[in-house]
Amino acid sequence: MNAQYLSGFPLKLEGDPVPMVSFKKVTKSYGSLVVLDSLDLDIAEGEMVTIIGPSGSGKTTVLRMLMTLETINGGVIYVDGEPLTHMPSGNELVPANNRHLRRMRSKIGMCFQHFNLFPHMTALENCMEGPVHVLGLSKKEARERAEELLAMVGMADKRDQHPSRLSGGQQQRVAIARAMAMRPKVMLFDEVTSALDPEVIGEVTNVIRKLVAEHHLTMLMVTHQMGFAKDISDRVCFFYGGRIEEQGTPEELFGNPKRERTQQFLSAVKEAI
Amino acid sequence: MSYFEFLGQYGDRILSGTLVTVVLTVLAALLAIVIALAAGMMRMAPNPLVRGVATVYIEIFRGTSLLVQLYWIFFVLPLFGITFEKFTAGFVAVGMNLGAYGAELVRGAILSVPRGQWEAALALNMSPAKRMWRVILPQAVLIMLPPWGNLLIELLKGTALVALIAVADLMFQVKQINGTTFLSAESFGTALIIYYILARFMLTPFMRWVERIMQRKLGRA
Amino acid sequence: MFDWRWDFTWEILPRLLAATGNTLLAAGLGYAIAVVLGLAFALAQRTPYRSVTVVVREAIEFIRSTPLVLQIFFVFYVGPQFGIRLSPWTAGMIAIGLHYAAYLSEVYRGGLESVPKGQWEAATSLNLSTARTYFRVIIPQALPPSLAGMGNYLVGIFKDTPMLSVIGVAELMHTANAIGSETYRFLEPYTLVGVIFLLISLPTAAGIRLFETWVRRKLGMV
Repeated sequence: MNAQYLSGFPLKLEGDPVPMVSFKKVTKSYGSLVVLDSLDLDIAEGEMVTIIGPSGSGKTTVLRMLMTLETINGGVIYVDGEPLTHMPSGNELVPANNRHLRRMRSKIGMCFQHFNLFPHMTALENCMEGPVHVLGLSKKEARERAEELLAMVGMADKRDQHPSRLSGGQQQRVAIARAMAMRPKVMLFDEVTSALDPEVIGEVTNVIRKLVAEHHLTMLMVTHQMGFAKDISDRVCFFYGGRIEEQGTPEELFGNPKRERTQQFLSAVKEAI
Repeated sequence: MSYFEFLGQYGDRILSGTLVTVVLTVLAALLAIVIALAAGMMRMAPNPLVRGVATVYIEIFRGTSLLVQLYWIFFVLPLFGITFEKFTAGFVAVGMNLGAYGAELVRGAILSVPRGQWEAALALNMSPAKRMWRVILPQAVLIMLPPWGNLLIELLKGTALVALIAVADLMFQVKQINGTTFLSAESFGTALIIYYILARFMLTPFMRWVERIMQRKLGRA
Repeated sequence: MFDWRWDFTWEILPRLLAATGNTLLAAGLGYAIAVVLGLAFALAQRTPYRSVTVVVREAIEFIRSTPLVLQIFFVFYVGPQFGIRLSPWTAGMIAIGLHYAAYLSEVYRGGLESVPKGQWEAATSLNLSTARTYFRVIIPQALPPSLAGMGNYLVGIFKDTPMLSVIGVAELMHTANAIGSETYRFLEPYTLVGVIFLLISLPTAAGIRLFETWVRRKLGMV
């Protein structure tokens, strides 16, 4: 990535209010396959944005780039006004070093499709690992925080269980508590209900509803649960072929989709149900 | 003495030693394969006596050192009236040792052939022997070929020990050369390289080739 | 046919048992070297520097493809040619430690690769440092699948210690050879050596299997 290409990007986002997350002309490709094509997307502080779309449309990649699990090939991502993937060096942006990445990552939390709990730690230990060893909290503080969060997700009584003893829905709830324990400003939910049996999906979506109601978090979610997306989102983005085909409030997008591809996708999903 | 002079002077001996190593490896490998198949299948026999014999053989040969087995076969067996010439003692020891390890591979591979295959063969009213030879073993061979590749490299390396009972293999020759010239880096270094070439550029490609043939035969290529 | 002499057996047994101590010491020291060096080899293959990865990879292949007994001779005799004199013990420990480090690095590599990618991603999402990720998240999960291999090579190194006799390390085989050449009796010493090896390696192998189950349970991964 050359500095020349980045010269058009500001070192810091100005204005009021500054978006919590901002993708500026972000491109991602694997070899010749373009997954995301010059994506522009702003998410305001406290906003809940849901990404829907057919598989292979690049929606999960958006989250993974924001968590720095994927590198980007062009453009800049800003979080809280600062560049995430890059850092200022003099008057230009250069690719971020590890120190910058670690500082920026502290603003972001993520929940995964397959939970990715640490199998050799109990639910409580999973939730304490980051606070103690990354944030530097005392064991006591971390424990209190973890217990509080486990109670919030309804897992207080299972706190000493290892993940192998928990159902998928329970594991996902612990994973949400674990991510929340880091006090992120932005939470990412990557198909958190896709690996779950239908009867336990509700327990996870209820926890997310609770988060939306009780915490002032910025959230970005990829999901296949259209009903849930409709209820909970401030804005829905329909991805197709690596770009945002259409976006709007849930009422607009689900009630009155304008683009043909959106209509096709939504009717195909409806038929599947 | 330059390395080329060294090779000029001792090349013949190193070459003849290499040849002995190759022949030993081939003979020991054949013996190991036969023993492994026999002992591996005996391990699964319904008769407890047959099973016991195989188990004792496998545990003894896997539980002690190849060097101990080699010395025992060469120095102790003659006391029981069984005398091997040293070359024979060498490949028998190596073959029996690696055969014990191979037996476990055979057993594991046979057990990992899906149960449905046994049942299908039974449903066709095949005899137990037919079931094994026509249906199970061909599939088991494909499963066990990759680990056998590693085992044969162990076997090639194991043959180096026969130098200690004075079989004139590669190891023996370079040890002799080192004894008279004290050119340890040249003599032992050359042998290391030759063993490496045999293992990496002959044995491994050969096993890959066998794997491909077997895959084609079983229609999985 | 059975020309076994019990009086001779009792006479040589203390000497052989004393040598067993050396055998166990050699196996233990060699294994300690191999465990640590093997981890270094495995981690070196995960660095982003391609040249390091390739060199380490090829070195491991080379060590694994060549006979240990030859490596022992090489380490012991090549030093003096260049003015470095190593004691039999030092040379033996270097050779056997290096040899098994190559094998163990493959065990570790398999273990590390068996940890799902999602675990790395979860560690990143919690912002754990690389060191913390390895020691607290990845290695504890890589360990249980590595234990069987590590145990096999512990028994393996023990069974390979007789090769150290060729450069004069006074372990079991060396002592049995000495007894044989002093008394011209081979039946008892070589048979006893075999029995001693069996009596140690079989229970050890069984113990390792129990330990493996225990660790899995301890880590809550049954």
